[in-house]
This record gives sequence, C-alpha cells and structure tokens, in this order.
Amino acid sequence: MELIRSDLNIDFLKRKWFFMGLSGLLILVGVVSLVAKGGPDFGIDFAGGLLLEIRTQKPASTGEVRQALAEKGLGNVVVQNAWELGKASGQDFLVRMDLGEGKPEEFSRLVQNALEERFGKGGLEIRRVEMVGPKVGKELQRKGTWAVVLALIAILVYLAWRFEFKYSLGAVAALFHDVMITLGAFSVTGREIDLPIVAAFLTIVGYSVNDTIVIFDRVRENLRKYRRTPLAEIINRSVNETLSRTILTAGTVFVTDLALFLFGGGVIHDFAFALLVGIVAGTYSTVFIASPVALAWEQRFGSRRAPAGRLA
Amino acid sequence: MKIDIRWRGLAILVVLVLCLFFVGPSLMDDLPEFWKKNARKISLGLDLRGGAHLLLQVKVEEAVRNSVVQISGDLKDLLVKEKVRFAKMEAKERDLEIVLLKPEQEGDLINLVSKQYPGLKRVSSGTEDGKLKVRFQLSQEEADRIKENAVRQAVETIRNRLDPEGVKEHDIVAQGEDRILVQLPGVEDVEHAKEMIKRVALLEFKIVDREHSLEEALRGNVPADSEILYTSKVDPQTRRRVRGEPILVKKQTLLTGDMLDQARVEFEYNMPKVGISFDSRGAKLFDQVAEANVGKELAIILDNTVYSHPVIKQRHYGGRAVIEGNFTPEEARDLVVVLKAGSLPAPVEVEEERTVGPSLGRDSIQAGITAGVIGALAVVFFMAFYYGTAGLVANLALAFNVLIVLAALAVLRATLTLPGIAGIILGVGMAVDANVLIFERIREEMRAGKPFRLAVDAGFSRAFSAIFDSNLTTLIAAALLFQFGTGPLRGFAVTLCIGLVANLFTAVWVSRTIIDYLLGRRRVIGVGIRMAG
Repeated sequence: MELIRSDLNIDFLKRKWFFMGLSGLLILVGVVSLVAKGGPDFGIDFAGGLLLEIRTQKPASTGEVRQALAEKGLGNVVVQNAWELGKASGQDFLVRMDLGEGKPEEFSRLVQNALEERFGKGGLEIRRVEMVGPKVGKELQRKGTWAVVLALIAILVYLAWRFEFKYSLGAVAALFHDVMITLGAFSVTGREIDLPIVAAFLTIVGYSVNDTIVIFDRVRENLRKYRRTPLAEIINRSVNETLSRTILTAGTVFVTDLALFLFGGGVIHDFAFALLVGIVAGTYSTVFIASPVALAWEQRFGSRRAPAGRLA
Repeated sequence: MKIDIRWRGLAILVVLVLCLFFVGPSLMDDLPEFWKKNARKISLGLDLRGGAHLLLQVKVEEAVRNSVVQISGDLKDLLVKEKVRFAKMEAKERDLEIVLLKPEQEGDLINLVSKQYPGLKRVSSGTEDGKLKVRFQLSQEEADRIKENAVRQAVETIRNRLDPEGVKEHDIVAQGEDRILVQLPGVEDVEHAKEMIKRVALLEFKIVDREHSLEEALRGNVPADSEILYTSKVDPQTRRRVRGEPILVKKQTLLTGDMLDQARVEFEYNMPKVGISFDSRGAKLFDQVAEANVGKELAIILDNTVYSHPVIKQRHYGGRAVIEGNFTPEEARDLVVVLKAGSLPAPVEVEEERTVGPSLGRDSIQAGITAGVIGALAVVFFMAFYYGTAGLVANLALAFNVLIVLAALAVLRATLTLPGIAGIILGVGMAVDANVLIFERIREEMRAGKPFRLAVDAGFSRAFSAIFDSNLTTLIAAALLFQFGTGPLRGFAVTLCIGLVANLFTAVWVSRTIIDYLLGRRRVIGVGIRMAG
C-alpha cells in the first residue's frame, strides 16, 4: 500500500513565502495572545501555589464547592471540573489557590475542613495535593527555561558538527518555530504551563528535529549524487523523496499521542496536548521552514556548494 | 552485519530470555522462588502507587546562629573560671562580641578562644566607652560545616521519627545545600507525617523566675536574664492546642533533651504522661540542678512551650522526670517518638508537596494501560497493513523494544511513573520510525530497479545514518530533561532514553536478522508494494 505516490514532485520552495507567512501568522496570533495575557499562564509548578484534586461521593457543582470554601473565608480560589475522557464526571474537581504570604500547610487543612463540613466526613476524597512554594517555583522556572535553551544549543552544535552550520541553523529555526507555536496554542486555549509541559517542549525539540535530520541526510546524499544540480532543486527533490516517511512516522507518533490525550487520564492531558500540537508543527516546519532557511542562508552568505557532511 | 545469521539469532535469543526473566516478576506473582529472588519487580513511582513527595528546607542559618549562642554560653563559664573579666558578651548571627573590663586581657581572651573554639576568628578590636570590644566571627568553613551537619542530622532525625522501627520504604535524602527530599510511598495521613517532621522538639529545662513580678514583665519590663513563655492547653471546642498562661522563666538552659536516654508513655489515673530518663551524664547533671534549686519550680519546655513546672522537692531524682500536659494518648505517643529521635538542629519548612491518593494512582495506571494498548494497536495494525510481511517484522521488533524497556527498568531499579508510561507509549510511536525509514528506503531502491535482496542491503545501510542522528538528538533532549526534571518527569526521560537505545538494537539489528532469516528460507517478503523482485 502506498499513501504518497512515489513520483511525487511538489515544488515546496516555490511557495516558501506563503508557508513561511502562514507560520509567521500563527506565531503572531500566539504572541498577541501571550502579550495580551501578560506572558505565559504559569501553573503552580512555576508560579507557586496549592492545587487539590478532590472527588466528592455525590455529584456536585463547581459552584457548590466554591461556596463551601467561601463560607470559610477562602474566597480567592479557582474551582474547576477535572476532565476525564473529555467530560466532567461531576464528582472530580480541581481547587487551586495562590499562597500569598500564608502558610501553605494551613491552606490545605483549611480547604479540607471546609469541604468536609459541607460534604460530610468521608463524603470527600482528596486525590491529589500539589503545593509549590514560591522559591521552588522560581527555581523550576529558571531550570526549565535553561533546559529548553540548552537543548536547542546542543542540537545546533551537534548538527553543525554532523552537517553544516546552515543546516543546523535551519533545523533550530524549525524547532524554535515549533516551540513558539505550542506556546501560543497554550496561551490561546488558556492552558497552563507546568513542569510536564516543559518535558513536552523538550520532547518536541528532540523529536521534531528527527524529520529535519532525515531530509538533510537525504540532501547530503543527493548532493554527492547530482553534482551539477543547484541546491534548491536538490532540497526540493530530497523533501519529496522523504515525504512519505515524514508523514508516516509523524502519523504513528501522532496516533499514540492521541491515545494518550484521549485515554491517558487528566494528569497528563495537557502534556499530551502539547505533544499533539508540537508534532503537527514539527512536521510542518520540517518541510516548510527548515529547508528554506538553510537555502536562504546559503544564497545569502554561501559561496560554494560543497558536499555537506563528513561522515558516510 | 556479516556475522553468521545463526550467531545473530542466538544473541537475540539470549537477550530475549534475559528480558523475559527480568520482566517476569512484574507481570505475574506465581513464579518459582529463585526467579523472584533474582529478578525484582519494577518499582512504581509515587504518582502510581500513591504517596507523598515532600521537599523540605532546613533553616541552616538558624543552626549557625544557635551554635554561636551555645558557644557564648560555654565561653562565659570558661572566662569566669580563667578570671578574664568581661562586661558584656553578645551573639549576633555569626558574630560574637565581647566587651572586656581590662583591655590588657585581650591576649588571654584570644588565646582561650583560639584554643577552645578554633572555628572562631577575631575580626576586629576597638574601644567602646573606654572598654575594649573584641569581635569574633565564625569562619566560613566552620559555618559550612555546621550547616552540613545540620542537614545530615535532620535527615537522620526525620527518618527516625517517621519510621522508628526502620521497616518502611521511606526515602529521605539530603538534596543540594539545605534541602531534604522525603518520599513516602503509601502514606495515607500526610498531614500527620508533616507534623512529625516539622516539630523541632527541643526539650529544655529552666528554672521558673518567681523573684520578679510576672505582671511587671508583661507590662514590658522583662528582667534581663528572664523571658516570658506560655503554657499550652487544649481548647475544648476545637480540640486543638492553643496558647495558655504566661509564665516567667530564667533564660539560662540548665539541661536539654540531648542527654535523654529513654522516653515512654505512662498512665496515671488514665491520664497519659510522658516519662523520660537521662543517660548517666544527664542524670548527674539533673541531680546537680535539683540540688542547687530545691524548692524552686523546674519548667519543662518543649519548643518554647512550658508543658509543666513542678516544684523540685528532693536532691536526687535518679535522672527521671515526667512531662505532664493533658496529652491525648496519640499526642503522648507522638511526643515519645519525637523525643527518642532527638531534636532537629534547625527548623524545617515544607517547600514543595506532591501527594497522590491511592485511588488516583490506580486510575492513572489503568488510564496508562488503556492508552498504551489503544495506541500500540493502532500502530501495529497500521504497520501490518501498510508494509505487509515487513510490517509484521517491525511489529515483532516493536514488542521486543517494549520488553527491553521494561526489563531495563527492573534491572536498573528505575522507577516507573505516569510520565514514564507516557514515555513508553510515545516510544512505541517513535520506535517504528527506524523501520519506516528502512522500509521506505527499500521501496525506493526497488523502484530504482534493484532486486529485493540488494534493496534490503541498501535500505538498512543507507537509512542507518539518519536513524542514528535522529535518535541521538532525541537522546540529547531526554538527557537534559533528566537533568532538569524532578520525580515523575525523570521517569519519562528514563523510559524515553532506554527506548531509543533499545530501538537501535531492535529496529535495525533484530528486524534485519529476521528478514535475513526469512530470505534464507526463500520466503517471500512483501514491503507492501508490488514489484518484480
């Protein structure tokens, strides 16, 4: 069976401005949303705070939970339905609050007491407590940013060594694109950036570069094979030749991640979402961003069309 | 790849058997004893089995401050003994200031201090109102040593408090300069655990000051060598401990819980009390204190709260005392555990808490398995459908890959977490990448007119550099994630890394061997396209 015809020959580079423009537009939407909301919406891992996941014995509403807390003077809380399999069970809730100056331990006890009073002792189960002090939150923020930046640099260096600088530049431009799109998608959909999301970013960074490498690997091979063909044509040919593979493998990862997104449970729901966006953005950027950037660099600064790469 | 296919087959078989051996106990319980003894179950993370993860911060500065205060107390006695006369001695953070009455004794003072407390260094001398003020400071190394000790001692103390019998699977380790990571699998009452951890449990004995008026002190005129403390009582309504009566006590600590030997719950008229006894050194000191203070009240103070203040009636107590305080039996029991474990060298605070209840853990495992099965089935069906026989080979390699990841988790004693499960599932999606690359390449070579056998050769060898490079970049990212991540997230990095490395073995080597074997048997292998082979 074949999904993509083997004699396919699309001129991707001809429409590069259109595709780059499309990406630019999407990134712009994300950036506008980020600016409008005053930066990314950090979850408690980075902002610090307290999060409780509770399950009531009988179905209740967020309003009821909120009211029970407000009666005890806990007004400054956010109560949400916890989503399982895409729907609210009516018994699972997330209660979130900022700690401010107060002692976190007392908060979690106050919330417990207030809810127990409302739903009765035993009428309520605390399924999860996450408390992050402001100091730890700041540290995680710093470490998380560093991890993503270092990953980008490490990949840039590795690719520069294995291929040539222009290719690694194209690859990292594509990665930056993927991270920005995912960040924007989180802002637009009102999702919070938490530790697992940074893990997702790192995974996107590590994974999405795979496709790019496969294409560049092919470019390297074709450069040796067709010595007289201009680089633009070679890149186009390489993208076409590897297109079926690009789509297939992105597809398998997408499908497994979709299973995680749909059935993996609430705890990793957003993590799976980040990867879904990242995989789509990554596949797109591989084809439409990485190669044009490498080519543009070559056309602007390059003088030779030397065979790339040192290894077989 | 020119090794004889029989040897390759054997090597694969050995790896397969080893993997099955190590994974066995995690999949079923009913196994022979020797098997279970040599292969461990994969340990589940707190997010899957339920439990608490606490990150504590030790207020190490406090330990340094305390130690300077302690030195100043000892030094006072020493200076009196050595007849070095001083007007004032004051501990300020890391500094100790001494105002001498006779400036010519400065040399004696410095000699004494440097001999007894080598960690204290003189930083300055100057005259103040005609008297000589000498300032000492704890050296950086000494302060660091105290901090380090404080954390180490706190780890030990907390371990003894949470698990006096030493039977639980608690994981309590120092982290960084002043942090302690406490992992408590399966703990249900996290609040109680936190209370046990946080109590400083500093037991002190001081004399109640009846020479000065308490009323006067409450008005703000506290005598220089006394302080106001409070008793504690139980509020009948909320049944929680609240502050009770004020009481004036002498500042000087005569005895601490350091020399405690035993502590146990005792009942008197059904009222629980805590009986304590000192070791021989402590008992002697206790008797000295009793002898010098017969008729006065001895305040028994725990964390700056006066629990009782009985009158000293006799000269010899044999190092035994009783702490009364309207305890509930639970309170008394907790107090005994805490006293036995000793006091914390410095207060600790909970900086981060992540607690997962057992029911959520079970749900997470269930959800992980559901997602994994559905995701894997989708991939497996797709591969078989798209690539035919070759797809089946890839699926075998895929199953092998998952098996290796699980076996590696068991062997490395790594922890499987929910993100770890996600890592395995994503790994399934990524692992077929190598096979897709190879098969696509084989198809291309066939289209270019190569016979099947040569196309296979070319497919495997030409695809390898791309496979290697792409696995390596993902490894770079996963390694950074491991470095950065905490707890559960590390599990993701671990399973992803193992999966990627195993992938080179299964997708490239194992599937190649199977295909070679089939070719040798003259079986027809399809790669999903019709071609003249």
